[in-house]
Parts: sequence; structure tokens; C-alpha cells
Amino acid sequence: MTETLSCDVLVVGGGPGGIAAATRAAEAGSDVLLVDEGGSLGGQIWRHAAHGPSEALAWLERLRRSKTRVETGACVVVRRVDGPFLAERDGKPVLVEAGKAILATGARERFLPFPGWTLPGVLGVGGAQALLKAGASFRGKRVVIAGSGPLLLPVAASLSRGGARIEAVAEQASGTNVAGFGLGLWRRPAKVSQAIRYRASFPRARYRTGTWVAAAHGSTQIESVTLCDGGRTWTAQCDVLACAYGLVPNVELPRSLGCAVANGFVRVDAEQRTDVPSVWAVGEPTGIGGVEKSLIEGEIAGLSATNREISGALQRRLASENDFAKRLATAFALRSALRSLATPQTTLCRCEDVALGRIDARWTRRQAKLYTRAGMGACQGRICGSALEFLFGGDPDHERPPVKPVSLSTLETLG
Amino acid sequence: MVTLRVDEKEVEVDAGSTVAAALWNAGQKSLRRSVTGEPRGALCAMGVCFECRVRIDGIDHRRACVEVVRDGMEVETR
Repeated sequence: MTETLSCDVLVVGGGPGGIAAATRAAEAGSDVLLVDEGGSLGGQIWRHAAHGPSEALAWLERLRRSKTRVETGACVVVRRVDGPFLAERDGKPVLVEAGKAILATGARERFLPFPGWTLPGVLGVGGAQALLKAGASFRGKRVVIAGSGPLLLPVAASLSRGGARIEAVAEQASGTNVAGFGLGLWRRPAKVSQAIRYRASFPRARYRTGTWVAAAHGSTQIESVTLCDGGRTWTAQCDVLACAYGLVPNVELPRSLGCAVANGFVRVDAEQRTDVPSVWAVGEPTGIGGVEKSLIEGEIAGLSATNREISGALQRRLASENDFAKRLATAFALRSALRSLATPQTTLCRCEDVALGRIDARWTRRQAKLYTRAGMGACQGRICGSALEFLFGGDPDHERPPVKPVSLSTLETLG
Repeated sequence: MVTLRVDEKEVEVDAGSTVAAALWNAGQKSLRRSVTGEPRGALCAMGVCFECRVRIDGIDHRRACVEVVRDGMEVETR
């Protein structure tokens, strides 16, 4: 017999957005089930939330008191048409019958191809942070941090505290953009003083704006990188390169349920309702904006799903966060020079080892997949798909569930 | 501390670490060979990219970055 769970409200994803949504819905008296793929709640941003910031601890305590049921280590991969959701846990299927669903699936990092990007020792920026928090030691390692976005500074700071030697921090956005973004934070003094503290924790290295990694070099693992500022290029020796270009929303599950996606983000109304009845979406999938935006949207969705009134104060706070999200996107917009880093020989699809030169820029994503296998591997195009979107534009292929690889016996459950 | 076997070699790590962190601390950044034989290691470290796939206790394609170490775990890289 397949394990079957049922609830009034299913919340998928246990980061800040999912935690806030589940809490609010359960506080309103609904039977809420919160399912997360990871081993513990918190998502990527509140990884190991039990040891996280006080805001995370307060939300976890409130979630606990709300009587939300929590299932960790379970990944929701598909929904039978108008029927139950199917998840997999420890290789076994779990069916979830839910009247309503709130999707809080978070985001991943954007990786762009450049020569050498497949060498071991090349990690994401959040990836390096995640590995550090998972127990990896960076003591004595020479690290270059590159890419784009506000994550570069805190990751440089925490790796430096962990004993790494930060060789360079290279932000692709221009100095003007970054300074303008910093000035725009005057209404958020806590964020400014945080940034100053981060910067002070790696005094040896320069934080270079308008600078990016043109190539990584090494035989069996990374040994050095070529940095470029548009005019000059130079080499830095390193043991680790942490490089990612902002975040990509995880819209695979919402799309597979039929939720409309516009400009890469799930379309929602003022109460976070998607175009699919009884399905809400919150957090990064509706627009990259960080923890506060996710928490507020989670609260709104939790209230909406339980027919509670949404206060004007909550909506005003969301408007302010959306404004922040817009400034974030503008300040850290990716420069077009990043489109010409990869050569025709550079690997694009890392799962299937497809070189960029084999892809015709006019192809749809589906054609690329059928003709070359790009995007057909285990990551299901999550890495090369968002790279192709930046390089050539165009829409992603239709979502083909399950949204993560599962065993055939799990899929059989839908039969 | 937890002890696991990685390709015939014993590795000790803090309990609660992931397999990817254990291998990293043992100096092993390359975790698998790609379909054309290139060395590959963890990229996203969040369970998305599947670059860190290893064999754990006889089961292929386990993501080293999401699997938490257990005493006596057998890990094989290629």
C-alpha cells in the first residue's frame, strides 16, 4: 500500500516563504502539511535554521506552535490531473491529497558557461557557502569569488571567517550600479551596516566591480582564473572559484501544474493566487527579492488560502519589498560581454557533455534537446537551460514531469 | 565523528556533514567522470545540478551534496 497523506493545505518548500505560509494557514485552523526536499527546514537561505538568525528561530517556533505537520526529505515531483500530489521520500512514493497548495519552491543559482567552468573546484557562490555549512573546510584555501549579486559579500565574509584566503571578489556589475544600489538602501540601515561588516572581514582582497572571470584553468582541478575588467585581463592563482550570476526561480513544479509563467516568474494576483484554482505561489518563484519578500508573500498566501483578511500593512510592506526587488534586478543586470565568454568548444550541458558550438541559436529548447541531448540529463536542463536563456533568449521547453528524477516504481503509483 | 569508506580509504568527518563535505575535506574535489570522461565535482552543492553523483552503499547516482554521512557508509567515486 502506498503511503497516503491528506491535508487541507499542502505547502511545498520549507524556506522562509513556505514556513510563513504554513504558519499563517495553520494558525487559521487549517490542517497544514509542509513538505521539504531537504533534511531540515529553512531552505537555502536559512540552512540549518535551528542555528540561524533570530528571525529564523522565531518563525520556526511559531511554526511549531501552529501545529503544522512537517515532512522533510520528501520531494514533490508531479500532480495527477486534479488529483493527489506525488512525492518521493527515501526512494518510496508518498501520495498527498490536498484541497489547496501553496508553492514555495525557492530559487537556485544561475551558472553561465566559460572555458574551464566544469573543472572540479569551480562552485557556485551560494554553493561554496552551502558546502562550508555542510562541514567542508576552506582553511588555507585560496578562493576567488565572482559573478554577480548581493550574495558575493556575505559569502566572502563567511569563507574568510572559515580560514580561506580571499584572493579576489569580482562583481560583474559596474561600480556605478553597485554604488547606486548601496545608496538606495538608505531606508534599510541594517542592510548597510551588515554590508560594511561583511566587507571588513576580508580586508586583504579587493572588491572589484565591473570585473568578471573570463576563464578557469587547470588539468584535473582548478589552479587559476583569468579575470577581466573589459580592458585589462590578468591571472589569479586559486584553489577554489565560487562563481554564480544571481538566482533563477524554481518554477518547474508550478509550470508542471499549469501555472502561467511570465518573464520567467509565476504570475500571481494580489493574494498570491496563480492562474490555477486553489494553487498559490510565494517567494523567489514570483520574483527574486529575498527573505523579507518571501515571508510577507507566505503570510499573504497562508491568509488567502484560509479566507482570512489581508491587512493593508502587509500589502504596503510587500510593495516596498517589490520595489527593492526591482532595484536589485536593475543594479545587478548581467552585461552582454558575459555572452561571449564560452567558445564553441566550451561545454554547455554538463550532464550530457554537449559543447556550445553544437547548438544553433535559432533552435527552440526542445530542438536543442532532441538534436544534441542538451538538457536531457539528470538535472533536467536546470543548469544549461538558464544559461541558454541568457545566451540566446527564447522560452523553456514544456515542463515534463516528474520535476526531479524518481524511481519507476514511484511513478507507477500514478498509474 | 563519523567514519566512512571512500574508495577503499577511511575518512573521518564531523557527524552531520554531507558526503560532499567529507570528500572535500579528504582532498577529493573530483567526484565522478562525465559521460566523456572529464573529472567533475560539486557545483551547486544544493541538490540541483547532479554533478556530485557518487555510489553510496551500492546505489548509483546519489547526490553527495544532499546525503548526510553515516558511520560505516561506503562511498565509491569514479
